Amino acid sequence: MLLRSVDDQHINLVYPLTFKEYQKWDRKDLPPEEVYKAMYTELGSVIPNIVDTTGMKKAEMKRKRSQEVGKALTRMNYSKSGWKSMIKKTRRQILKNNKKGEIPESYKETMIEINKGWGDQLYWQSMAQMLEPRTAIYYWNAVDRTYDIEKNVVMQEENRRMYIKTWWKTLKVSIYVTIYCLILGFPVAHLLANLPLRYSNLLMIFVLLPFWTSLLVRTTAWIVMLQQNGVINGVLVWLGILSDDGRIQMVYNMTGTIIAMTQILLPFMILPLYSVMKVIPKSHMRAAMNLGAKPSKAFLKVYLPQTIPGMSAGGLLVFVLAIGYFITPELVGGKDGQLIGHWIAYHLKTTLNWGLASALGALLLGAMLILYWVYNKIVGIDNIKLG
Amino acid sequence: MALPSYSTPGQRTFYYLYLFFCGTVFFFLIAPLVAIVPISFSQSPFMVFTDGMLAFPPDPEAWSFRWYRYMVGICTDKNLTTPCSNKWMVGTVNSFFIGFTATFIATALGTLAALGLSRPHMPFKGIIMSILISPMIVPLIITSAGMFFFYARYNLVYTFTGIIMAHVALATPFVVITVTATLIGFDMNMVKASQSLGANPTRTFFKVIMPLILPGVISGALFAFITSFDEIVIVMFMASLDQVTIPRQMWSGIRQEISPVILCMATCLVILSIFLLSTVELLRRRSERLRGIKPR
Repeated sequence: MLLRSVDDQHINLVYPLTFKEYQKWDRKDLPPEEVYKAMYTELGSVIPNIVDTTGMKKAEMKRKRSQEVGKALTRMNYSKSGWKSMIKKTRRQILKNNKKGEIPESYKETMIEINKGWGDQLYWQSMAQMLEPRTAIYYWNAVDRTYDIEKNVVMQEENRRMYIKTWWKTLKVSIYVTIYCLILGFPVAHLLANLPLRYSNLLMIFVLLPFWTSLLVRTTAWIVMLQQNGVINGVLVWLGILSDDGRIQMVYNMTGTIIAMTQILLPFMILPLYSVMKVIPKSHMRAAMNLGAKPSKAFLKVYLPQTIPGMSAGGLLVFVLAIGYFITPELVGGKDGQLIGHWIAYHLKTTLNWGLASALGALLLGAMLILYWVYNKIVGIDNIKLG
Repeated sequence: MALPSYSTPGQRTFYYLYLFFCGTVFFFLIAPLVAIVPISFSQSPFMVFTDGMLAFPPDPEAWSFRWYRYMVGICTDKNLTTPCSNKWMVGTVNSFFIGFTATFIATALGTLAALGLSRPHMPFKGIIMSILISPMIVPLIITSAGMFFFYARYNLVYTFTGIIMAHVALATPFVVITVTATLIGFDMNMVKASQSLGANPTRTFFKVIMPLILPGVISGALFAFITSFDEIVIVMFMASLDQVTIPRQMWSGIRQEISPVILCMATCLVILSIFLLSTVELLRRRSERLRGIKPR
């Protein structure tokens, strides 16, 4: 996947001749006739030897070629929109010319005649950023930046910026979810750790059952609960808190995502907290109070510091899981509740921009590894407990 | 942890507030799961409580097994409001097939890995453990993207083999962790004893080690099973259109036709998870009893 994110070989493979000529060009004005000639010939030839075609059948060869060309054209379109249609149009015209047996006097003029774009310097210059077999452009794209003609890194156009916003949103949602989980999980873990065994084992089912239940079941359940005709709105209307037409929109937006994610990740907070609190002797609190501390002070000074390993373990676990969450935001999030996972899947499945998908994934992976390292330092990876 | 009799009114209020708060959280955790069960028996084609269901005395007309019939593929209704097909059943069969196969392989691999890793002189223990556990920590979307690219190279995408292999990779860490936990209390002298009495390593493994770590192995296997059974992201990327599994069918159900059939399947899955949960709990207690630790 990491290789995929820097791979930029498509065009050198598909139009090798053009690239050879192109490298000789001094990048001023329009390229010389030779470049046009190479491009013309390559566009006009039916099967160039782009891949190792030994032992392939003709149909397979053709399919492979159109695959590679498609990839190259898509890549060219990333650097400057319009490339794809221009090349396709020109290719059709050239094939027509070849059929008639016409050989142009000046390749340059014929091509500009077919499509004005060939006379536009911008197109030719945008090619420059595709010369190297490796590129960082996808990484820059993943943080809303792109190359300009001189290969400087600049911000994307206003209406194409969205990844920075999404990164922030992902971070924000993860932090919110972690904080809510901590607030909700702490007292529960405390209660479970201090109750007599027969009660706490019973109550533990409330924590473990959601933990064992399918993620999709819980997500569906939240849609049922939160939708406009859903259970929560129904109860509120029945209680008279809301009027029948004043039902709140709680699902398919950010609120829904955060509520559902909090519930789904809460067991991951409670379980580590519980295992830490279980071993804190109860006598510590009593001793503190015996020495004259008020309950609040005893709690803050004696109990809380001892739970910090549990809090950090649970917090990190929840945070790490939240930051890469995909299923729940996708189903509950609607339009504005989408996190970075959504875009990775989107580019992987829909736009087929695998380079960008890989770059987004690699950045996420990097962030994750740092967190993982921190986690390992604080709690140690062997200490993960289940159930 | 009841209040002492000398506590002040302030402390009492705080204590009851605290209990109330915990109760709310428990409610928050369990309510969604409970709410879907009655709706799955509803007559209406929407995922809501109808008036008839809430009426008192209950209106028998409002309750039905209609959506369960849809789920198992009995389409006898005259006017179909939602698509009715045998896809759910095909999905169930696929899910169990993938789940069982992946569990079997993952359990075998994971147990062996745990046995090796718990040897005192194992080199590179930390690194191997980190690599083994990484599929648990790395977001699924990244794992599946990477696997997609990798498996595509070997033509494994859109095959059951590919899905099963991916699930094995995901499920193995769970087995490793649970078995390692069981091995902590394992007395290595027993292996030596059995060997000194003339048993070969295979016999030692099956007659001495296996019975003792069995609870850990089984609960690891259950974890592996639920991981594979519940997995959707990899299936979404790697499965072809006709390789439906339960989670995938639910996913497309939620996205396209929101019908109570999903809730029927959800109810079944909740029951399955209750079953798995109690099995794991029983095993854990048994294993603790075997090792002479008082059950928590």
